[in-house]
Amino acid sequence: MKILVAVKRVIDYNVKVRPKADGSDVDLANVKMAINPFCEIAVEEAVRLKEAGTATEIVAVSIGPKQAQEQIRTALALGADRGIHVETDARMEPLAVAKTLKALIEKESPDLIIMGKQSIDADNNQTGQMLGALTAMPQGTFASEVKVADGKVAVTREVDGGLQTVELNLPAIVTTDLRLNEPRYASLPNIMKAKKKPLDTTTPDELGVSTEARVNLLKVELPPERQAGIKVPDVDTLVDKLKNEAKVI
Amino acid sequence: MSSTINRRDLDFLLYEVLNVEELCERELWSDHDRTSFDAVLDLADQIAEEKFLPLAAQLDEHEPEFDGEKVHILPGVKEAHEAYIEAGFMAAHVSNEDGGMQLPLTVSHAAQAIFSSANISALAYLGLTKSAANMLDVWGSDQLKQKYLPHMRSGRFYGTMCLSEPHAGSNLADIRTRAEPQEDGSYRLYGTKMWISGGEQDISENIVHMVLAKVPGAPAGVKGISLFLVPKYRLDENGNSAERNGVNLVGLNHKMGYRGTTNTLLNFGEKEPCVGYLMGKENEGLKCMFHMMNESRISVGMGAVTLGYAGYMHSLQYAKERPQGRLPGEKDPNSPQVNIIKHADVKRMLLQQKAYVEGGLYLALFCDKLVDDIRTGDAAQQKDLAIFMDLLTPIVKAWPSDYCLKANELAIQVLGGAGYTRDYPVERLYRDNRLNPIHEGTNGIQGMDLLGRKVRMNDGYGYQLLVRYLNETIAEAKNTEPLNEYAQSLEHALQALSATTEHLTSAASEDIKLATANSTVYLNAFGHVVVAWQWLKQALAANRGLAAAQGDDQDFYRGKLAACRYFYRYELPQIHTQLALLDQLDDTCLNMPEASF
Repeated sequence: MKILVAVKRVIDYNVKVRPKADGSDVDLANVKMAINPFCEIAVEEAVRLKEAGTATEIVAVSIGPKQAQEQIRTALALGADRGIHVETDARMEPLAVAKTLKALIEKESPDLIIMGKQSIDADNNQTGQMLGALTAMPQGTFASEVKVADGKVAVTREVDGGLQTVELNLPAIVTTDLRLNEPRYASLPNIMKAKKKPLDTTTPDELGVSTEARVNLLKVELPPERQAGIKVPDVDTLVDKLKNEAKVI
Repeated sequence: MSSTINRRDLDFLLYEVLNVEELCERELWSDHDRTSFDAVLDLADQIAEEKFLPLAAQLDEHEPEFDGEKVHILPGVKEAHEAYIEAGFMAAHVSNEDGGMQLPLTVSHAAQAIFSSANISALAYLGLTKSAANMLDVWGSDQLKQKYLPHMRSGRFYGTMCLSEPHAGSNLADIRTRAEPQEDGSYRLYGTKMWISGGEQDISENIVHMVLAKVPGAPAGVKGISLFLVPKYRLDENGNSAERNGVNLVGLNHKMGYRGTTNTLLNFGEKEPCVGYLMGKENEGLKCMFHMMNESRISVGMGAVTLGYAGYMHSLQYAKERPQGRLPGEKDPNSPQVNIIKHADVKRMLLQQKAYVEGGLYLALFCDKLVDDIRTGDAAQQKDLAIFMDLLTPIVKAWPSDYCLKANELAIQVLGGAGYTRDYPVERLYRDNRLNPIHEGTNGIQGMDLLGRKVRMNDGYGYQLLVRYLNETIAEAKNTEPLNEYAQSLEHALQALSATTEHLTSAASEDIKLATANSTVYLNAFGHVVVAWQWLKQALAANRGLAAAQGDDQDFYRGKLAACRYFYRYELPQIHTQLALLDQLDDTCLNMPEASF
């Protein structure tokens, strides 16, 4: 069984995000970047399926600038077998990502596609679902457990009311939630081995995909700074302030 | 991301000042490049932050206990060790053929620094195991290596160093542990060893002790010392830990710091037979033990730096967030308080720490790079670099352990009353660091080593190299506009140090006791000149970087230039008082009558 895993290069979750001075976008200059945590969980799940003998090959894909190869190398160090880098400097929206992945799926014919449910930079939570619609593959989103058997995958989903398990025919798309697994650390020998694993590059153009943005980014700014609290003398004042100042009741 | 070492600083020192990427051009390290170095440091950051740091305060509070039979260590230590071992850090420096990552020392040591700043006392067991394994690799017979080395490299067995005895610590010539040869080629050991770190624990399957002892009939003094490998469990034919060997824990020492690392009094051959195996040749034990002394002294210096660094980072964070008082001239009591980092004296304490810990980090990494260069660099220079490394060894051990400990004291002061409580980590960091001027040759011994031996060795050639290297940097800085002030101060300091050195070395041939009586003062002055030189190297790199820098990077480089300025304005001038005292061959201490104390 072949698994395709999508990994995104995002700002490291430890970094305090700042907008550019002109408010045109988030400032990425000299900022530590990392693999999106949900994507890391996706890689880990694929590696576990391979270790269990269920999967035979893991292909890690990243779409982004030249440096996104670092995140593919990370996935290779964690246990993926080879990488595909779709190089573009465009601001990729979920639909463009889904179309790019669809083009790769047509080439690679994976049995299972595992990806993060969302990326921590844009928080869209759309790509997996769009990819499902474009490829007409079944999808199991927000997975907290994945079991593959007899040409099917059972996905336990974290939904508002609790857990829901769906069974999908392969090939299928799974998007990961936080509790699916706890990703391992890469090991130093595997970091070195990853340098020698194959990494192919292509472009959206070569895949015949348009990266044109459909949403205009108007402005990026920090949320207003939180003001210090005050003490109120009595409940009446509190109620008054909640009604008239905060306007929450 | 590590919160105890500034990764931007580590990257600056490695890539912009030391240019470690040039090591990748050498055959031994040709598989590496910056991306693999970065990946190693990222991984160290991650494991240190997630597994080592959260355990540090707890481990300090719940030190290992001995119930009369077993030692119990906080279970989290084993878990942290497993993460470290599984990630491959145990063998990061080992060759590819032996299952390692074949990293240069500079990079593997930088990764080590990240772990030790997070939790030095949990890490110590692993560092000792590495040293013992390296020693086995160099001096063990093929048979011994085959049986023990893979298990030590894989972290299944841990290791220790057993040198001191209750009556013989700094002076090993007087050790009494004896090793009696047996017919099968092994030895039986009898004796007691004191201050043995990691001497007992419940983490690893077996413990491999490296023990100094004397064979009956051996010459007196250090020339009669041999080195033995003594396992806690003897191995059976299949290489598994089997029969208990006669190494027994008498008790644990209860220390001021480093409390997570057991420190033990061990008896050898008291009840059951204690079997040991000779390493190297009889009577050459000290040579075997000190073969890698330069590296172990760099490690102690680096350990001291990392504890100072963690304190600096913590006190800096605190000063940025703690509002207290108003600035001089602000008379309105209703005006908001300022964060204490705005007070000039707090800035002084932070800048002093910065100058010490970042200067110390560069000193340790610089020496690591020297070791790498001696191993692989330009053949014509190797001999010079080896002599220069010998000269710097007492400095890299003593300077950080004196001055980064001072940094810890300043961190406590920045936090004020809070710093004096156990609710904040700065007092623990101070207690941990207080070991470093003591072990691996006290700083007093380092002073004697420097003035009594190192500056005089090879007809003073090591010192001449120092002068040459400093003058190269001085010449470069003289042509660099904002730094020429420092170039002149360093030139002046170097001339003064050279004059004193010449004076003391010639006085030594007449009265060695008088000439070396103030060797610790000499060590401090010498160390300050070396660190001033290295701050100038950092400033030159920062000045280059600043030209094209923006935003945070600009602030970073300006910080480097400010710390360099601090060192030249506040620290370096102090050496002239010290050198004046040395020039007079002051005998105040030497001739103080014991009865008059």
